[in-house]
Amino acid sequence: MSILIKNATVVNGSGIVNGVDIYIENRKIKEIKKNLQAEADRVIDATGLYVLPGLVDAHCHLRDPGFEYKEDIASGSRSAAKGGFTSIACMPNTNPVADNPAVVTYIIEKARKEALVNVYPIGAITKGQKGEELAEIGSMKEAGIVAVSDDGRPVMKSSVMKKALIYAGQFNLPVISHCEDLDLAEEGSMNEGFMSTKLGLRGIPSAAESAMVARDVILSRYTGIPVHIAHVSTKESVEIIRNAKKNGIKVTCESCPHYFTLTEEACEDYDTNAKMNPPLRTREDVEAIIEGLKDGTIDIIATDHAPHHSDEKNVEFENAPNGIVGFETALPLSFTRLVETKVLTLPELVDKLSAKPAKILNLKKGLIDINEDADLIIVDFDTEYTIDVSKFASKSKNSPFNGYKVKGMNMMTIAGGKIVYEACRD
Amino acid sequence: MKLATKDVLGLEHMTPEDIELILNTARDMKTIVTGRMKRVNYLQGRTVITLFFENSTRTRVSFELAAKYMGAQTVNVSVASSSVAKGETLIDTGRTLEAMGADIIVIRHSQAGAPHLLAKNINASVINAGDGIHEHPTQALLDMYTMREYFGTLKGLKVAIIGDIYHSRVARSNIFGLNKMGASVKLYAPATLVPPGIEKLGAKLCSSIEEAISGCDVVMSLRIQLERQKKALFPSASEYSRFFGLSPEKTEHLSENMILMHPGPVNRGLEMTSSLIDGEKSVVNRQVTNGVAVRMALLYLLTGGQNQ
Repeated sequence: MSILIKNATVVNGSGIVNGVDIYIENRKIKEIKKNLQAEADRVIDATGLYVLPGLVDAHCHLRDPGFEYKEDIASGSRSAAKGGFTSIACMPNTNPVADNPAVVTYIIEKARKEALVNVYPIGAITKGQKGEELAEIGSMKEAGIVAVSDDGRPVMKSSVMKKALIYAGQFNLPVISHCEDLDLAEEGSMNEGFMSTKLGLRGIPSAAESAMVARDVILSRYTGIPVHIAHVSTKESVEIIRNAKKNGIKVTCESCPHYFTLTEEACEDYDTNAKMNPPLRTREDVEAIIEGLKDGTIDIIATDHAPHHSDEKNVEFENAPNGIVGFETALPLSFTRLVETKVLTLPELVDKLSAKPAKILNLKKGLIDINEDADLIIVDFDTEYTIDVSKFASKSKNSPFNGYKVKGMNMMTIAGGKIVYEACRD
Repeated sequence: MKLATKDVLGLEHMTPEDIELILNTARDMKTIVTGRMKRVNYLQGRTVITLFFENSTRTRVSFELAAKYMGAQTVNVSVASSSVAKGETLIDTGRTLEAMGADIIVIRHSQAGAPHLLAKNINASVINAGDGIHEHPTQALLDMYTMREYFGTLKGLKVAIIGDIYHSRVARSNIFGLNKMGASVKLYAPATLVPPGIEKLGAKLCSSIEEAISGCDVVMSLRIQLERQKKALFPSASEYSRFFGLSPEKTEHLSENMILMHPGPVNRGLEMTSSLIDGEKSVVNRQVTNGVAVRMALLYLLTGGQNQ
């Protein structure tokens, strides 16, 4: 199949090029130039629209195997495609846990058959994500993992984390750390602060995250092995990472759209769609996250797409599971919150959503150029629209952003040279 | 006469007018509680179910008697004997009780927000009889009723609340309610038991017990659970009573007219000495009586004040 995109405004991390045509054939971008003359199976007029590299998500949960009632690889990939993600790295907290090559192979095989986008499994750091014994990291690398993480759970024992860094480092696999000192978090279910006091919910202090970020930064320095900090949500974490980078420590990190959009106040009225881990923090933290994105302390934006069934969320706040769906809101929320407000330029945002996460995961993705994989999306950044969770392609609808007015609707997703999503224009 | 809301979930969102209406109605109800003939038919034909997920004697009995004195049918459901133990959700339990004809469900739950979840999902009225460490509105209403009975008004009253503020739904509801009615609140607690941002709810955090109680009309001490020691929140019972307990020495300089309150059950000698609990400034038993009257008022007003 061949595709010709006419009159595109191409946005890479490096900048914007106006008015070019893009010719795609055999899964690759063959040519990019003005007034390109070519025959194609499909010709798309992109006048007034922006063409971006397919987005790369370093952090999502596809719930498959084990929790297919929340999401599966097919539905998760449809949701990703609709949101503009063409490469997604899924966390290992499935059932069974992806802590061995068999589960990793299952995910890769199922994705090959059913997924609309590229699915890259992340293996567990420890067996059963229990934080005790190392998982079969080398064998999982052979099976196809791109990183290791115990996401959803921290590696509480510092000695285990130190050895995990060293061992994963030998296999050249990034280690993604879910930073949460469970001892400090106690039985908290939201951020510890004024709102937890008002709602009478036990709080998770921001120190529970920041203290472990500091630990992992120190372990990275000590071992010389890079560490990637997942879902940074606190001001102190940003400060620690900024400082570490200044000192040449090989730490990278991500934050998520909810951490620069919402505060703990979203938990008002016990709204379980605002319950996540790490929890939504304060205005001050949100500002620090935005500042960290601006000055480059925060390298990338990840979705932490975490679908849950409505039955699981329609319960007492403390009983509800953590997480929100994220694929289909990440780009518009990031654009509206960061580019419209001039925190980031559009190329800077695109970089944090494509080339940079690809680099962290050692993927050759996230760039629109000749001979690159034909993973790209066509986006309308001018028309305001209202987020409607009932229209989500994900099986789950747990999002606190229903009704939000945003800009940045993905109109088309091309993955591996094929159109895998196309918005119906009403 | 009817409350503005279907449910009584907390005092944070209750209007001063509704609080006033409840306290005024409770005054009439108290004549029934303290009279010889404790029976009226205001709730005849109505069904009140208490749904308790936490142990309680005084609050459950208080609600049950309040309903019975007004002729309602009452059923008590406790968690051990319910199908919740079999994995039924709170919403399904509530809908089941409603389908059997419950007009009012009185719920106590260990989790904050549980009554709110129930109220959103059923048509019957829901009364919060204590949700986690969040609110205990009927306790605060009976406390305010007792204060008003004693001082004539709540406006301008100075109230000190001493003890485990962090885990206290009584403290939160009193802070919300007293602020709405024009009283002021001072707090004193072990610093480990002060929840962050509590002052923003409308209370002054004091740095000594003397500062907290001096000049106060009401001193309320809260129950402390000895198990909290295991979580490193305070060192020992004797240290707690020394620094945070009320004794005659600490209270002797206070105004002749001040009153001592406690939501109960009290740990004698820990939060307050026995001489204070049983002394003339203590109104703890009056609080209990008023609790029945206030709960009668609430049940009456939630059912539309239909009467005689």
